[in-house]
Amino acid sequence: MIYSGARILIEELIRHDIKTVFGYPGGAVLDIYDELYNNCDRIEHIISAHEQGAAHAADGYARVTGKPAVVIATSGPGATNLVTGIANAYLDSVPIIAVTGNVAVPLLGRDSFQEVDIVGITQPIVKHSYIVREADELEFIINEAFAIASSGRKGPVLIDISKTAQSGTCEYKGNYNISFNEKKPLPDLSVALKAIETAKKPYIYCGGGVLASNAEKEVLELSKRISAPIGLSIMGLTAVPSSYELNLGVSGMHGKYASNLAQSEADLMIAVGVRFSDRATGNLSEYTKNCTVIHIDIDEAELGKNVASMIDLCGDAKLILQSLLSSIKKSEKPNWVNRVLCYKKSDNQISDKKDFLPENIISFIRAKMSSDTVVATDVGQHQMWVVQHYGFEKPHKLLTSGGLGTMGYGMGAAVGGCVASDRKRTVLFTGDGSFGMNLNEIATAVSQGLPLLIVILNNGVLGMVRQWQCMFYDERYSSTTLNRRTNFVDLAKAFGADGKVVNSMSELESVFEDGLPGNKPLILDCRIDLDKKVFPMIPPQGSVKDILIG
Amino acid sequence: MNERFTISLIVNNKSGVLNRIAGLFSKRCYNIDSLAVGETENPEISRMTIVSTGGEYTRSQIVKQLNKLHDVKQAVLLEDEDSVSVEHLLIKLKTDGNGNSKVTELLNRYGGKIMYIGESFIIADLTGPTKNINDCIVKCVPLGIIELCRSGSLSLSKNAEDVLDINNFII
Repeated sequence: MIYSGARILIEELIRHDIKTVFGYPGGAVLDIYDELYNNCDRIEHIISAHEQGAAHAADGYARVTGKPAVVIATSGPGATNLVTGIANAYLDSVPIIAVTGNVAVPLLGRDSFQEVDIVGITQPIVKHSYIVREADELEFIINEAFAIASSGRKGPVLIDISKTAQSGTCEYKGNYNISFNEKKPLPDLSVALKAIETAKKPYIYCGGGVLASNAEKEVLELSKRISAPIGLSIMGLTAVPSSYELNLGVSGMHGKYASNLAQSEADLMIAVGVRFSDRATGNLSEYTKNCTVIHIDIDEAELGKNVASMIDLCGDAKLILQSLLSSIKKSEKPNWVNRVLCYKKSDNQISDKKDFLPENIISFIRAKMSSDTVVATDVGQHQMWVVQHYGFEKPHKLLTSGGLGTMGYGMGAAVGGCVASDRKRTVLFTGDGSFGMNLNEIATAVSQGLPLLIVILNNGVLGMVRQWQCMFYDERYSSTTLNRRTNFVDLAKAFGADGKVVNSMSELESVFEDGLPGNKPLILDCRIDLDKKVFPMIPPQGSVKDILIG
Repeated sequence: MNERFTISLIVNNKSGVLNRIAGLFSKRCYNIDSLAVGETENPEISRMTIVSTGGEYTRSQIVKQLNKLHDVKQAVLLEDEDSVSVEHLLIKLKTDGNGNSKVTELLNRYGGKIMYIGESFIIADLTGPTKNINDCIVKCVPLGIIELCRSGSLSLSKNAEDVLDINNFII
């Protein structure tokens, strides 16, 4: 069949099981949007308020489904508005396909209207990218792009399609089948098995790679089999149910006391799908002083990048864990288990449940939601409180910017996450600072009729920066006191959503007694204390010895 | 300990590939000491030789990170003893006052050839290991260097077994 490039793009997206795309139209993608118009019964397009929101929506969608999601933007400013979203996906290894239009080939390279070199701009933050000049290149490129985004360590791929390629025509076959998931032989596991067998105090450090390879069951089984407590990175947080006895919670700078302490006392750390970011390890020379490290990762470049592990196992986490499990005998370690459970008790909340505190607000909302509810966050104190206190039970339910720390991520991610979870109730925890960055996406949520519950932990300040200014900069609060007079309730209503101010736990309860709207967002402006800090905290470049409990 | 090392790469012969590789070096704070690129017998594929400096950590990280790029088919570290490396030098030397004999004598010692004779200078061509080229340049300084141009090191492994069959990449 002879199709236009734009038609080929849409046909291939549909062939790759893409049901929804996020984006924003413009001059250089008119042909693509014309084909979306033709095919609106086969593929849905959700227009955002700003391309950044669309990129985060695709990211949120991909995190929920585990499969590549698509965002489309026009050339020039449309494309540059995607940059933060692409970088965010890159740092968290999220498979998104960013499609940008570009000017016609004769205009390329002439500083034409709305022309930028988006492939050049995004080069350090994509797994791969393409410039498509002619229609006949497109079919192969789209197929290869999907294969790259979803193979190995996942990540974003950008396809920049000139107007010439969109409107030009060529033969379309529709039968490419590219895969880069070749079966590599498993690494030699004998040294790792020996280390596991002889370990007296094993500890499992579980990261986002566990979710990416669907190895949740295997991690849990390994923990039970060898009596190893589990600490999690923020990216791996939902891989293990929070109700599991040996799940000690998140580790790192704002990790749980038990998780950090158990890590420091362990004689063996089995690190699965983690990249040992500086926020997770603190001072590297102290971090693994007492333990042997087995590092399992699909990305060979992560092995030895930050932590010099003694046993590197490169490959798919699920396959490696399955193979390990086939040779590991059950081993009880009552002393070690009792010890970490004792540490875990000290992480229990001591605040009065009636106090209007972040952890109580989060726990209350958790109790009202099901374990299937998707939860998005922005970045800052509220994010750490959610990570510490929400209690996730199922994988892929948390959408949070782990690596890039993108304030403004949450609103777009919540839209994408909600659409990906059959438009069921989705929660966004945000702060007044983060929310201010991309609150324009309320418009998207309203026009899509999405039942978002947006909980603003509103302290009137940029809380995390203020916390550092308080602790490390002599309380010199430079530019973190916002002095805004935003009325979030009126704002919500102006967008066509609902909003309420909440000042106490009883007011929060009455919100739920009144019932939540089913087809539009509800914004809860929760007025919390401006000096509430996130604890525990290991100061930057510190170790567990420096942990501050609050 | 920081030492020079050589990486040999088999890459797609496409526009933008050099950019990606150079970008990776700057992004990860590695330095490119020299770089040589050229098409292979398969026009789809180019070979690059990159010389960089760093310790054991940098060496292994660079190779691993390069191998992650989609356009890089293979990146390997070449050890000095297991590889042949040469570099190419074109040098424009003053001849007035020196007389051609001094220049010719020097070039003969290093195996250089005169490619062009001008009124007051010559252009010479020299091929050899980087150390030879460096030595020759030092010796040329007193004669008067007008300008020079170096190719960057070209290297091939002495090994015949683990060579990537680049004809596999003809689509």
